[in-house]
Amino acid sequence: MSDIARPTDAGHIPAAGHIPAAGLASAAGAAPAATALAATDAATMPRAARPRGRHGWAPPAWLQAMPMGLVFALFFVLPLALVVVVSFWDYNDYEILPSFTLRSYTETFEGCYDQLPGLCTIFKTYVTTAELCFAVWAITLVIGFTISYFLAFHVRSLTMQIVLALLCTIPFWTSNVIRMISWIPLLGRNGLVNQALTQAGVVDAPLEWLLYSRFSVILAFVHLFTFFMVIPIFNSMVRIDKRLIEAAYDAGATGWQTLWNVVVPLCKPGIVIGSIFVVTIVMGDFVTVGVMGGQQIASAGKIIETRLNALQFPPAAANAVILLAATLLIITALTKVVDIRKEL
Amino acid sequence: MRDGRSLAFYLLGGFFALYVLFLYGPMIVIFALSFQGPQGGMTFPMNGVSAHWFSKLWEGGGIVDIGAAFWRSLELGLVVTLVTVVFSTLAGLAYRRKFRGQAVLFYVAIASLIVPSIVTSLGIALLFRMIDAAIKAGPDWMSGTFTTALGLFTSGLAAHLTWTLPFGLLIMFAIFNRFDGRLEEAARDLGATPWQSFRHVVLPLILPALIGVALFGFTLSWDEIARSSQAIGSDNTLPLQLQALTTTVTTPMIYALGTTTTGVSFVVIAIALLGIALLRARQNRHGSDAGKA
Repeated sequence: MSDIARPTDAGHIPAAGHIPAAGLASAAGAAPAATALAATDAATMPRAARPRGRHGWAPPAWLQAMPMGLVFALFFVLPLALVVVVSFWDYNDYEILPSFTLRSYTETFEGCYDQLPGLCTIFKTYVTTAELCFAVWAITLVIGFTISYFLAFHVRSLTMQIVLALLCTIPFWTSNVIRMISWIPLLGRNGLVNQALTQAGVVDAPLEWLLYSRFSVILAFVHLFTFFMVIPIFNSMVRIDKRLIEAAYDAGATGWQTLWNVVVPLCKPGIVIGSIFVVTIVMGDFVTVGVMGGQQIASAGKIIETRLNALQFPPAAANAVILLAATLLIITALTKVVDIRKEL
Repeated sequence: MRDGRSLAFYLLGGFFALYVLFLYGPMIVIFALSFQGPQGGMTFPMNGVSAHWFSKLWEGGGIVDIGAAFWRSLELGLVVTLVTVVFSTLAGLAYRRKFRGQAVLFYVAIASLIVPSIVTSLGIALLFRMIDAAIKAGPDWMSGTFTTALGLFTSGLAAHLTWTLPFGLLIMFAIFNRFDGRLEEAARDLGATPWQSFRHVVLPLILPALIGVALFGFTLSWDEIARSSQAIGSDNTLPLQLQALTTTVTTPMIYALGTTTTGVSFVVIAIALLGIALLRARQNRHGSDAGKA
């Protein structure tokens, strides 16, 4: 076990804590001050962390971590292992048959080789999912970065920063489905947008592609998840030493040069963490794609859902394994861009 | 950064305002439409103003079980919140010291956040189906009246915990990174047992943040769909019910339902913020005594 606890993980225990704390401190409502304090308080940690009082019994640390460890072991690690195992099992109309077969995988990729260079269903679906993913990622990144930049560099008082950040946070606390259906009266055939467009004479007939289309799916994703991009990027930005920007300015850099050569590189960890969140959400999603796509758009997550609705567990599991592999591939690629552990 | 408001400030400010409008606009629209008159439809114009759709919703309005789903979600949310707060606090305390497997636990928690929810949900469903199969194959006294182990407070609870606990743990890291350990040391020097120093020093100090954990736990559970989808068993939670309704209900009642669930979220946030404010005020009144009991 301890060999996985890499000694290169930058020293003492709270180091493990710094990685996420950085990303989510503001999510907890603990604004920038938290990150500023974190650095100084870390120095006092090892002393406080000594467990023994002069008398009385303190439970050992492993015992305190046990309840959470058990939950993850039983309900996350074990189920994941089961997904992998079951993906190699056989099935019939009624039940899962525990005997090894590659059937679920061969069925999933059926015809993929023969149809080359054309794309088979599964590849088409993954291309669609990847396109959605890329579009949502690019849009949320631009919006998230701009919003964070405004909050971090142009809003001067801490109180105002917190108030504006909270303003962006509030919708996050309401149901995602509600936030999705709230687009229907706006984008529907007789919705506000179409009413306005037809009355203004911009279009003759109501636009059909506004709702239950790729457009509405991407719009809903951006609406729902830009928040996940804002928090980590904002968190990286507020830690940037303002003197660096002054220095760039004094050295004659233009605004864009400063942005590109100073701010963006220093925000990389935040950008990567935000990207991981957004990418994994979109890759595995089936609810947003279902509701906003009018159940007509195929995505990686929807394949699994369809299989499950038919109670075909092994093929669903095989698709889950493929989805997991695809997601991990993207995350690995993202973390190659920046070593998160090192940069935080 | 520099003196005076630049053009960039106004451009970015405008962008921010548009973003906020984008965030709130649609929600305001459905809020308004949920008060649509009895003859009104799913879109504007408003056909009078009434609470008609709320009363229909309250009566059940032909929607199966919406009230029951509401209470189920509430109960599950409260249990999830409680477990999340307790387990996260314990784990947060554990991470202030060294223990075997702490890196593993940390990475597993992160993995639980980023593995697509449907995969986790499927895994939990498979696990409980196998438990079912095992029990049914067992002796009569076990399998007699047994139907399934899948349920709200078994597999459902498990699925929600895999989602709320990582957030809880991360928030605890943030809390203890800011925590001044000297206070505890002072308590020990004054002869406090570990339990006393936790009960009278640490707990009062972290209590406002724990309310934050609770708030996170509850709202994550209250709105959760993807993980519940396969693992909840036969009794749907409110968000699942809501998702199903999007394809079948064609009246403003669904907006009324949306307004109601949003209202519950806001009430919960308000209670949590009020709690935090009260605790902070109490701490300030009592000065550095850190919440004497």
